Amino acid sequence: MVELALPKKSKVGTGKTHPKPEGATNLKTFNVYRWSPDDGENPHIDTYYVNLDDCGPMILDGLIKIKNEIDPGLTFRRSCREGICGSCAMNINGTNTLACTKGMSEVDGDINIYPLPHQPVVKDLVPDLTNFYAQYASIKPWMQTQTPPPPDRERLQSKEDRAKLDGLYECILCACCSTSCPSYWWNSDRFLGPAILLQAYRWLADSRDEFTGERLDNLEDPFRLYRCHTIMNCANTCPKGLNPAKAIAEIKKMMVERQG
Amino acid sequence: MSEAYPIIEHKYDVVVVGAGGAGLRATMGMAQAGLKTAAVTKVFPTRSHTVAAQGGISASLGNMGEDNWQWHMYDTVKGSDWLGDQDAIEYMCREAPQAVLELEQFGMPFSRTEEGKIYQRAFGGMTTQFGEGPAAQRTCAAADRTGHAMLHTLYSQSLKYDTDFYIEYFALDLIMDKDGACKGVLCLCLEDGTLHLFRSHMVVLATGGFGRAYFSCTSAHTCTGDGGGMVLRAGLPLQDMEFTQFHPTGIYGAGCLITEGVRGEGGYLVNGEGERFMERYAPSAKDLASRDVVSRSMTMEIREGRGVGSRGDHIYLHLDHLDSAMIDERLPGISESARIFAGVDVTKEPIPVIPTVHYNMGGIPTNYHGEVVDLKDGNPDAVVPGLMAVGEAACVSVHGANRLGSNSLIDLVVFGRAAALRAKDIIKSGEAHSPLAADACDAAVARLDKFRHAKGDTSTAQIRDDMQRVMQDDCAVFRTGESLQAGVKKIGEVEKTMADIKTTDRSLVWNSDLVETLELDNLIRQAVVSMTAAENRKESRGAHAREDFPDRDDENWMKHTLTYHSDGEGVRLDYRPVHTYTLTDEIDYIKPKARVY
Repeated sequence: MVELALPKKSKVGTGKTHPKPEGATNLKTFNVYRWSPDDGENPHIDTYYVNLDDCGPMILDGLIKIKNEIDPGLTFRRSCREGICGSCAMNINGTNTLACTKGMSEVDGDINIYPLPHQPVVKDLVPDLTNFYAQYASIKPWMQTQTPPPPDRERLQSKEDRAKLDGLYECILCACCSTSCPSYWWNSDRFLGPAILLQAYRWLADSRDEFTGERLDNLEDPFRLYRCHTIMNCANTCPKGLNPAKAIAEIKKMMVERQG
Repeated sequence: MSEAYPIIEHKYDVVVVGAGGAGLRATMGMAQAGLKTAAVTKVFPTRSHTVAAQGGISASLGNMGEDNWQWHMYDTVKGSDWLGDQDAIEYMCREAPQAVLELEQFGMPFSRTEEGKIYQRAFGGMTTQFGEGPAAQRTCAAADRTGHAMLHTLYSQSLKYDTDFYIEYFALDLIMDKDGACKGVLCLCLEDGTLHLFRSHMVVLATGGFGRAYFSCTSAHTCTGDGGGMVLRAGLPLQDMEFTQFHPTGIYGAGCLITEGVRGEGGYLVNGEGERFMERYAPSAKDLASRDVVSRSMTMEIREGRGVGSRGDHIYLHLDHLDSAMIDERLPGISESARIFAGVDVTKEPIPVIPTVHYNMGGIPTNYHGEVVDLKDGNPDAVVPGLMAVGEAACVSVHGANRLGSNSLIDLVVFGRAAALRAKDIIKSGEAHSPLAADACDAAVARLDKFRHAKGDTSTAQIRDDMQRVMQDDCAVFRTGESLQAGVKKIGEVEKTMADIKTTDRSLVWNSDLVETLELDNLIRQAVVSMTAAENRKESRGAHAREDFPDRDDENWMKHTLTYHSDGEGVRLDYRPVHTYTLTDEIDYIKPKARVY
């Protein structure tokens, strides 16, 4: 009988509960995943109380307030704070999203925050996205042409052709979708996952690109493309309202069409 | 020092610090030139703040009507309030169309005209016929996500080249030799806390601005002017640091940017009396006057009791009269931002806005090749060997006292490319690196160790907050001698509290407490020199508006401020002349005149 067990140190324990700020009445509870490779401890959940009367409205505002005033060691990525850089992607109450555009008022009860699922954790809420980025590079996400560009003007593209890139080029590579995909959880070594396939389709859909055949060849593989089982978590979770599943379906359609 | 820090050494021809628009364009050009290049960046490239640029990138393509680079140059000179160097401005405006075509060839998803050309919109201060004609449509756009489209295009393009990216490495300090040449840069790997010395024949600083010196800014949390901080610690000057651009339309409260493109597409500002007040301040350009003018006008309206909201402390930006299909096509990003951060449906209600810190015209002084310059033995253009700066970190100076909207993105790619062209000329690939003094990295490591183990009583966040509030209060849209003198004193007191700083996280793995502290050390120096330079400049020019000196004074002040900073001696001021000549005979020097919009 095969015995299955979770890896060592994967069990999440209860951590420290930080005291409530004095005199505050309008409190929100944050339960936050903590783990550091330094101390040899298991991951644990620390609890913080944030005074909403003295804090910005977004979950990122709450995290920054905790870092500034309660626990400077709390570690997370952040940059633009307006939903365009994709740094602060994390799992908030079971859904992957950006902490900077998710309002605290959108969450009833406690706010529970974990790193993006199924990625190696570097520390606290910082996942290691090396594989994700390598997969992005693997699809050659740059324009490939054989026809030389006109020397003194742009390549023309009709408004209709340009509109085909809408819903694709806006991706911010936050990895919310890929790390919400059960198929990606199982096969992230070989399945490209929704974010990268959305990008692959962005170049397939670009009327200026001339390497459609090569791009499709690169995806023609039981894993890279076809591990998408239209679970649709990607479309549900995308903080930019994009639909990677639809882009994947379009790629599959192109595969069928080219077989004639 | 609490312990020994082993240093891993790397050898490159060129190391570029920062991977936003300017850094990536420079990196790519260096690789194309066959130089062995490393790109070191504290965030993954597409997280850089270029990604947040919205409205567009200027270039006189003439897709929407007659245009030429000379008109673009005139507008840029006038926008700079004659503090810009005209040789550099000529270079930028001449090169702009080709730089945009290059981006298009890289695959950047520009919006298109009916003929399939790159779509261009109107932007503040952009005119035709040397200011005499109607507004120019010169700003090339990818909807209102131009920075995002551009940064992702540049990053993906850079993957084609043989470049080593060191991602999430934080640059600590420049390594200079005793003759004042730059020999490399020491960096901290966030993932495991190891120290890396990048030896190179050229270090290119593409580290962006320092908007986070202020309490309310459109800038990302990561805009902490790390290159400027390193330059000051290396004993080199920063230039024109008193010129901070307030963008007229940051979202009230949140500070998030709403592009000038809204006004370029027909949006307008309204005061508490429902009046389109810009008609009074800029009868010709109205809402499309340059940013310093619009920000001052808004501030005047608020001061005189004509603001909006229950406290009368902001202004409304209307686009609810515009066609909603047009908004969907060209302004989808700000519609989303307004909904999320102001709770506003832009097709029905105005957006509450307020002038918000947005851009640093000042920075590391360079020539138009990107080479860092210093005033040395009477030569104001003495090149610092081995060091370049590009993008917002640099002060070329093409923006002078006030940058025009959409001139920053073009600055990034034009001068990123220029730096690479220059490096190709002056660096021999593979040349041996001269040996460094045994103690070359000691000061940089000691500084790291000091902050890592800082046991004072004041948190990093507290000092940062104190700094940001002083800058916000005393180095604002309007300035007076009194407020600036008080500001110099107050920011000096905040600087002193750095000696009492306390850090908590002692780990070396992704220690963001430490990184924020190192960033604060970069910010505070630049806050100090900004305030000092602002107090010192006794005139009004561009974004620097002194109520006690309301006029521009070309006789005494048409010169660049240089600020040096040292921990012991504080700030030292000096000056460089403005370049009052052009690059070629194809355009004459544009003489100063009154700046009216």
